[in-house]
Amino acid sequence: MTTPETSAPHAATPPSADGPRRGRTSPRPDAAARADGWRRRLPLMPAFLFVVICTQIPFLLTIWYSLRSRNLLRPEGETFVGLRNYLDLAVDSTFRTAALNSILLTLGCVAVSLVLGLGLALLLDREFLGRGFIRTLLITPFLIMPVAGAMLWSISMFDPTYGLVNWLIGTVGISPVDWTSSFPMLSIIIALVWQWTPFMMLLLLAGLQSQTPDVLEAASMDGAGAWTTFVHITLPHLRFYLELSVLLGAIYVVNTFDQIYLMTAGGPGTASANLPFYIYQRAFLGFDIGQSAAMGVVTVIATIIIATFALRLIFTSINSKEQS
Amino acid sequence: MSTAALDARRPVAAPARPLTPRRPRGTATGRFLTVLAWAAGLLFFAPVAWMVLTSFKQESQAASNPPTFFFTPTLEQYASIIGSSGAGSYLLNSVLATGISTLLVLVLAVPAAYAVSIRPIKRTQDVLFFFISTKMLPVVAVIMPIYVIAGQIRMLDNILTLIVLYTAMNLPIAVWMMRSFFLEVPGEVLEAASIDGASLLRTMRTVLLPMVAPGIAATALICVIFAWNEFFFALNLTAANAATVPIFLMSTMTSEGLFLARLSAASVLASLPVVLAGWIAQKQLVRGLSMGAVK
Repeated sequence: MTTPETSAPHAATPPSADGPRRGRTSPRPDAAARADGWRRRLPLMPAFLFVVICTQIPFLLTIWYSLRSRNLLRPEGETFVGLRNYLDLAVDSTFRTAALNSILLTLGCVAVSLVLGLGLALLLDREFLGRGFIRTLLITPFLIMPVAGAMLWSISMFDPTYGLVNWLIGTVGISPVDWTSSFPMLSIIIALVWQWTPFMMLLLLAGLQSQTPDVLEAASMDGAGAWTTFVHITLPHLRFYLELSVLLGAIYVVNTFDQIYLMTAGGPGTASANLPFYIYQRAFLGFDIGQSAAMGVVTVIATIIIATFALRLIFTSINSKEQS
Repeated sequence: MSTAALDARRPVAAPARPLTPRRPRGTATGRFLTVLAWAAGLLFFAPVAWMVLTSFKQESQAASNPPTFFFTPTLEQYASIIGSSGAGSYLLNSVLATGISTLLVLVLAVPAAYAVSIRPIKRTQDVLFFFISTKMLPVVAVIMPIYVIAGQIRMLDNILTLIVLYTAMNLPIAVWMMRSFFLEVPGEVLEAASIDGASLLRTMRTVLLPMVAPGIAATALICVIFAWNEFFFALNLTAANAATVPIFLMSTMTSEGLFLARLSAASVLASLPVVLAGWIAQKQLVRGLSMGAVK
């Protein structure tokens, strides 16, 4: 890790503008306060503007595109169409399937990896021979390049003729299954759960290890069984960590693209397309900018509504944690 | 788990940090849980182990039914990947996009995090809220305008475009992470420095940055992981010149038919940098993934 050291001097430069004049009082107090406010804000500005330019401006353009009919294959025929792209969405059954798949994929993956992650975290929250080694093995799926992971599952694991999974179920007499064609959503969810369970485990394990041993000790002295201790002490303590895992997991999983693109290409038909994949298809294979922009806007609005509730929850949690 | 087991454990439960006292080692339950943990660990790792195993096979052994478990390992696939034309340019693009974007993120995020922690501005909460909310913006919702603009300013298939986008992608996470590290710097240290009359720049360089150096390393690790593995932008915005390692990996599958052993070797090589970094820095990984919220 040499990066951080070499970058440190550069990193120190921007706030310097704010530095030398500290503590000198200006004749007019309100002007001084305002100047101080700007000095405080100055170090924030480069990062803030960078993010605004790279995320907000493109999004405003997406809204603009969504009100126009525009197809990259027909550059001449661009007109303002108002809300027609949105009305078209209402009758687009593939869009509804994709929206439903997005919800299914996110809920399924987050729920299963949360439960598995919690189980693994509990298993690792005790001393045993090879604990560090097992933890290292367990986090590996999260570190594998998602493109590599997706191809590993779709070919090495799920291939109908020489995949490892069919060989395994064959040893107990189950006939081969064409996983990615017959059960596209399940196949994708399995690959996603494999990737995201380590993430959940790491967060929840950190939560478990931040428990004060005294409390658990006291509970066991009072004669509380393992299950009672878990439900009444460990779970409430883990609440913040569980919420955080769900929120962060959902943020990443809802944007899943790699696995769908590489494992099923949204198919068969559009059976396993989620919103990111369907929007990608309409934009880059159909070159239908207006329509895909409208879908993007709808997705963002839905995400904002859901995320606002989730964020409020987390912020209350983080604040109460920082104050305690 | 029986109460008897708990009772037996109690008299000796006095070390500095008794690790979960309710699960004593040496009992039947304890042994069972250990076996379970090992089984789970090996199960999760099995696909990776299989990928590594396949990468040392001949193609005929890689796609066999039943699977080949015993074979004479060969480095043929690795040699073919490393020797393949163009592999170097994919690697260089990935290194540039990951390295420069991570540096840029740190240069922008450290001052920004300072402004929302050590000498906080008004509306700090709103600023933090804004940063995290951009992570919730689905990438597909902005890809079209980015594609069109990049096309108009002749920046398609240019590594600079990826560098800018990866910076924007990781910046919100980095600000949150660095803030959590700055908040841990004790106030007395800063006060002492300012009483000494040290300028902010000097305080920053001599006091603050050394104290948050582990935080900078952790932030860099997370940025490297996300940038190195990024696929969507690379797929849509690059072609022959600026394509990165994930694109190379995909092309080994689609353009030349299916060579599973070769694909596995390429997958191992492509994943190796991030896997090694993550293994070495497991502790920082937790904090980074939670954007600094979990210590």
